[in-house]
Amino acid sequence: MEELLQSFIGESWLLYVILAVPPLVFILLYALVTVWTEMKVSAHMQDRVAYMYTGPHGLFQPVADILKLLQKEDTIPAAADKTLFRLAPFLVFTGTYAGFAALPFSSAYIGSNINLGVFYIVAVSSIVVVGLLMAGWASNNKWSLFGAMRSAAQVISYEIPTALALLIAVMITGSLNLQEVIRFQDGGIFNWVVFGGPFPLLQKLLLLPFTFIAFLILFVAGIAEVNRTPFDLPEAESELVQGYNTEYSGMKFAIFYLAEYANMYLVSAIAACVFLGGWSSPFGDFMSGPLWGVFWIVLKGFFFVFLQIWIRWTLPRLRVDQLMYTSWKVLTPFLFVCVFAVGLILVL
Amino acid sequence: MIDSKTLPTNYVTKPEKRATSTGRSLRTDEMIINMGPQHPSTHGVLRLEIVVDGEIVVDVIPHIGYLHRCFEKHAEHMTNYQQVIPYADRMDYLSSMSNDWAYALTVERLLKLEVPQRVEYIRVIMAELQRIASHLIAVGTYAIDMGAFTPFLWCFRDRERILDLFEMTCGARLLYNYIWVGGVSHDLPAGFVEKAKDFCKDFRTTLKEVHDVLTYNEIFVKRTANVGVLPKDVAVNYSCSGPMLRGSGVDWDLRRDDPYGVYGKFEWGVQIGKGTKGTVGDCWDRYMVRMNEMEESTKIVEQAIAWLPEGNVQSAIPKRIRPEAGEMYARTESPRGELGFYVISDGTASPYRVKGRAPAFVNLSVLPEISKGAMIADLVAIVGSVDIVLGEVDR
Amino acid sequence: MTAQEIHDSLKAKFEGAVVEAKLDAPQPWIRIDEHRIRDVCRFLCDEPGFEFDYLMCLSGVDYNDGNLGVVYHLSSMPQKHKIVLKVRCTKEDPHVQSVASVWGTANWHEREAYDMFGIVFDEHPDLRRILCGDDYPGHPLRKDFKVPEFYNGMKVPY
Repeated sequence: MEELLQSFIGESWLLYVILAVPPLVFILLYALVTVWTEMKVSAHMQDRVAYMYTGPHGLFQPVADILKLLQKEDTIPAAADKTLFRLAPFLVFTGTYAGFAALPFSSAYIGSNINLGVFYIVAVSSIVVVGLLMAGWASNNKWSLFGAMRSAAQVISYEIPTALALLIAVMITGSLNLQEVIRFQDGGIFNWVVFGGPFPLLQKLLLLPFTFIAFLILFVAGIAEVNRTPFDLPEAESELVQGYNTEYSGMKFAIFYLAEYANMYLVSAIAACVFLGGWSSPFGDFMSGPLWGVFWIVLKGFFFVFLQIWIRWTLPRLRVDQLMYTSWKVLTPFLFVCVFAVGLILVL
Repeated sequence: MIDSKTLPTNYVTKPEKRATSTGRSLRTDEMIINMGPQHPSTHGVLRLEIVVDGEIVVDVIPHIGYLHRCFEKHAEHMTNYQQVIPYADRMDYLSSMSNDWAYALTVERLLKLEVPQRVEYIRVIMAELQRIASHLIAVGTYAIDMGAFTPFLWCFRDRERILDLFEMTCGARLLYNYIWVGGVSHDLPAGFVEKAKDFCKDFRTTLKEVHDVLTYNEIFVKRTANVGVLPKDVAVNYSCSGPMLRGSGVDWDLRRDDPYGVYGKFEWGVQIGKGTKGTVGDCWDRYMVRMNEMEESTKIVEQAIAWLPEGNVQSAIPKRIRPEAGEMYARTESPRGELGFYVISDGTASPYRVKGRAPAFVNLSVLPEISKGAMIADLVAIVGSVDIVLGEVDR
Repeated sequence: MTAQEIHDSLKAKFEGAVVEAKLDAPQPWIRIDEHRIRDVCRFLCDEPGFEFDYLMCLSGVDYNDGNLGVVYHLSSMPQKHKIVLKVRCTKEDPHVQSVASVWGTANWHEREAYDMFGIVFDEHPDLRRILCGDDYPGHPLRKDFKVPEFYNGMKVPY
């Protein structure tokens, strides 16, 4: 798509603006759908019906919510650090949005086809932490500060398992470019990294337990990185009121939420790209192609988003020390073993 | 850079030097935080002034009184003993029936009055349904405190059915004014018995669901077991009562040990904490005592419905009661524990002094004792497991 | 143990501490000297045979004859008996010994009695108002309490 556009408008800034638009549109649409889905899924789990009046089955409720949020008063606490307070939500969103740049949507479209794609996403999504810390500090509210400290500790701790799990996929596929990683897995469900990748049967069977564990850990760490139950400590409602976004209202609050939902998809899509073949069809050549690619990756991403929603409305929340314990003493050692084993299997 | 202006003013309480691993000293401070009066997990307007060292709670100072409505002063100014009952309703607004009964029982004992058998049975049915409703809220909100939202709504779904039963009996859903001195205000309506039976049958399924999704959930167990351990002797010394006391392994239930009503006729068991998942007296034990008590209450309701006698629902007493001068303290087992009223009569139609001995008030006073050294998340777990209702704490 | 037995042993043990008693009331009570209540309570709490380990209720009372009183409702879990203790003090000098060191629960109950009646509990660990605001004028449950016309500049009743 990049080449196609280049042939029309040449090498100019306009090209990059146009290339940047689809992820943004996608995030906005996706957030609308997910807000509605989350409400509906949680409601049905809880014997309720949720929105029913705004459109059929409350379909237009997210739109109404946005209209409400736009009209809400945008309050800033008097004692807050106003500059940082205003900047924080946008920084959080920027971090997430920047991650979308290297996320492939189909074999033909990726925001920026860089060779260090996986590495780039892991690195750039850390900006989110800066935003959260900024929000917590600038609010000048002790609960917010707690939330910010927790989120910083948490996101950084869980970057390690995430990076290690991605490393396993990278070791198998031999590339950091997400398009390459996906192409490597093309050709049906059994070529996916989670099932051992496109290797001879014996090697595949040897790899399978390790890749599967790595995949599960990546998913768990992903939930922790987006701060959702059971890892929603930074905004633990019953403990820290709302954590770092306690003092936010109106559109700034909405942007935090938008960033959270976008992040949900980001981690889901990365997991889908490196372990589940991204945009490649599970049926080999059947239903494959650039447009089907969009369908498949969004489907896979949504499946994991749905799983996250499901988990959120089922499990209680961990405590801070248990959260750290999970990351440093359970997930990380497991992954070291996996990395070592996968390396060994690949060499042999 | 952020200048010092933006630092919260009372940030620094106790400067303290601490050695770090690099050998250089790093100054760390304790921080005072107000948890409440507006905080999601203080279950009302409780304010906890907590001193924290990072995430660790160094000290807790509860401040109460934000919901003080002068119950005792009001009661003294009533012109009739019956008029106090609506006020008693509002003490513990999640278990009004039990409050009514406790007050009515005190005045009846002051009057040396026997109520008809049917009234006793109706009161038992109401109080036990109320106990289930109240424990459902306790368990549901506890789930929310732990971050699990779904069990909360399941609990509320079933509580709603109990409230429907109360509504068809006396028209109110929260503050009933149903149990009066000398009887109850109305007889049970047609269809009540069937609906209550249906409820008891279905309710066990809910209990099982909550057990499945919450009680034995590994995260929930990790969060509550060995947290906020209340030893037996401390519990007794602080006069804790109800699930709080039984959770600490003390086999004490006023329904059995200081009998009132017709509880002696039913078959049921007192539930105590056994330390299944941790230490005896931890949050999980208190939670589990509540869960088990709901099951026992269901048994009592079923038996009481089956044996419900016919008869009057009001004994013949004058409209304006004038007990002879004297005093009486009577206690009952409300969902939260020992609910007692101390009533002094001077022979006139209005009580001379009414003191409500609120279980939540007493149970809350042990909080600083058991929450020192816990983490903030544990503090939330402990406050939730005490199951306070601020209406009762502040009266 | 009956109230009579408790009364007799208290009389024997603490000379002059038992001021008055009414043992034929529905709930028999014994009035103790307000400056010796703690020793009596300590004895009742710890002594085998009595073991009043559970303070059910502690209430302040205004008797409207210039006297304030505190009523202790004790019960024993192992012995399953109950007794009511009372103390009296004058409104001019409302000092009573605190029993918070005997039963932890007395702490808050005594604070409440202090708040509502102005009874000062000597040697209480933390005698502050508990239900009313710190700046509230007077002690509302006293029979001679008048609602102030203004509270912090707000008109009462509004």
